[in-house]
Amino acid sequence: MRNNILKLIILAVIAIICILLYGFYDIKGGFSYAFPRRMMRVGAMVVTGFAISYSTVVFQTITHNRILTPSIMGIDSMYQVVQTLIFFFAGSASIWVANQYLNYFTALIAMVVFAILLYRTLFRADKYPIFLLLLIGMIIGTFLGSLVSFLQVLIDPVEYLSLQNLLFASFTRIKVELLYISCAILFIAFIVGYKLLHQLDVAILGRENAINLGVNYDRLVMNVLVLSAVLISTSTALVGPITFFGLIVANLSYHLFTTYKHSVLILGAGLISVIALVGGQFLVEHVFEFNTTLSVIINFIGGVYFIYLLLKESRAAG
Amino acid sequence: MLILTAIILSLVSLFIGAIDIKPTDLLDWESQQTQIFLISRVPRLMAIILAGAGMSIAGLIMQSLSRNKFVSPTTAGTLDAAKLGILISILLFSQAAYMEKILFSFIFAFGGTILFMQILDRIKFKDAVFVPLIGIMYGNILSSITTFFAYEGDLIQNINTWLMGSFTLVISGRYELLYVSVPAILLAYLYANKFTVAGMGEDFAKNLGLSYKAVLNLGLILVAVISTTVVLTVGVIPYLGLIVPNIVSLYMGDNLRKTIPHTIMLGIVFLLICDIIGRVVVYPFEIPVNVTVAVIGSLLFLIMLFRGRAYAK
Repeated sequence: MRNNILKLIILAVIAIICILLYGFYDIKGGFSYAFPRRMMRVGAMVVTGFAISYSTVVFQTITHNRILTPSIMGIDSMYQVVQTLIFFFAGSASIWVANQYLNYFTALIAMVVFAILLYRTLFRADKYPIFLLLLIGMIIGTFLGSLVSFLQVLIDPVEYLSLQNLLFASFTRIKVELLYISCAILFIAFIVGYKLLHQLDVAILGRENAINLGVNYDRLVMNVLVLSAVLISTSTALVGPITFFGLIVANLSYHLFTTYKHSVLILGAGLISVIALVGGQFLVEHVFEFNTTLSVIINFIGGVYFIYLLLKESRAAG
Repeated sequence: MLILTAIILSLVSLFIGAIDIKPTDLLDWESQQTQIFLISRVPRLMAIILAGAGMSIAGLIMQSLSRNKFVSPTTAGTLDAAKLGILISILLFSQAAYMEKILFSFIFAFGGTILFMQILDRIKFKDAVFVPLIGIMYGNILSSITTFFAYEGDLIQNINTWLMGSFTLVISGRYELLYVSVPAILLAYLYANKFTVAGMGEDFAKNLGLSYKAVLNLGLILVAVISTTVVLTVGVIPYLGLIVPNIVSLYMGDNLRKTIPHTIMLGIVFLLICDIIGRVVVYPFEIPVNVTVAVIGSLLFLIMLFRGRAYAK
């Protein structure tokens, strides 16, 4: 336990160093102009990192696997599908788009429904073996991704431009104006989620054992799904979908911390996320001076890592 | 049945588009309508037919060689490798000529697929679903390498034209490369039985007196040729090689000699339907065909996966 706390502290220190480096490195001209802007971006990355870490770790616990993540299954593309549909049917001038809160909560309800449906069809009662599940998940992801492009072409070009500006973010276009509401949501989610953590520690033992130990398993799963859907919507709204990020940070955290305690695992994964995002952005922008966005690099590393995990799993299965 | 459907759809495809052309207009050789018909509509139809037939056959070859129903140019990185090849040819020669693009794209498509087959050989565990999973990820990695270098070379828009498979730009003079896939398809038909035997494994094939390596290489060369010509003229068309042969084998079984004609026809019909949908839904604009194919294709693939593991073996 003490060992784990030490590791967490080391990670926190590295994360802070990354943030400071990113904040102060090579600031030219108006400090008062550049610094707050950089800090806003850092804030967005921290919120994203923790949201993704939390949702990935808890999702993997209730689905009893360590490879499949919500993003690989395309839950974040679902956010874009929902937004595009709202836009498509209501139009850019309608209250459903113009009112940011209404828009956000409509999307949120759809996301929660989708997450629950997905869980019901795929994960109830171990219907599918893991590799089939992974393939189905990935194809659902591609399907939703291509559905977004299909719907976007259907929209009138002028409307489409405003859709893009309003709703679609990426690392180069972080939606900083959503930062405050995202922080609030993350904060609430973590307070609500904190109570669930101990139950999740028990849930690892499997449904039957957890019920025997007094956990209302089905309700726990519901709560976790709702919470995950909320957090994924938040992070997608801020920086757009990043397919393999959750996979990398969650598995690094499992690897680093020899514990089943979700509080430690999630905190660890969150800190690793901050290091990876802020540090990675620093390297991309200032050290290598790449034109590439961070998500391209994350997808490359994530892809290689995914194959590594698959091979490891296959050796266990074969 | 299939042939009839294909003919009807071809006629539909010839007579829809931004400019209204009636069959009677064609009686007048000099009219503008006839010119458009010959320069744009007919080449477009030919391109759809060639690409549809080619991609389906490429998928079929790969499936019999690997004895896995889910291996195809989409799920083995072939298309992504071809794209990477085009990008590298542009980066190396600032004004890449057509021949250089063809050459590089072909080498990469071939090499990329061989590499994937090599990786498969190393893996002991050959679950029907595991192989495409690795293949899709392999393609994703190749694709992110392409995106990385495209960003660095400011070629992202350039490369995106290849990402978008579309028949919009097909006019006479720009698609003739696709005819290269005709001999490839013929060869595939002639060698069909040998591919099946080679798929049984190296030892088995050798026992039957088949030069395993030669057949395997021939199969992969055919796949690479078809993929390259399609990617260079039309763009990436995903899932076609995966879905079409599987649907045919559902009702026809796995005798390649018999299934090849059906696979070709169904591939053409499938692509024609997708293209017509793309042209009608936002008329007079168009939805790129790869988007329609990806939506319908991934949906069908999902249904296939859900429908049962028994079939997947």
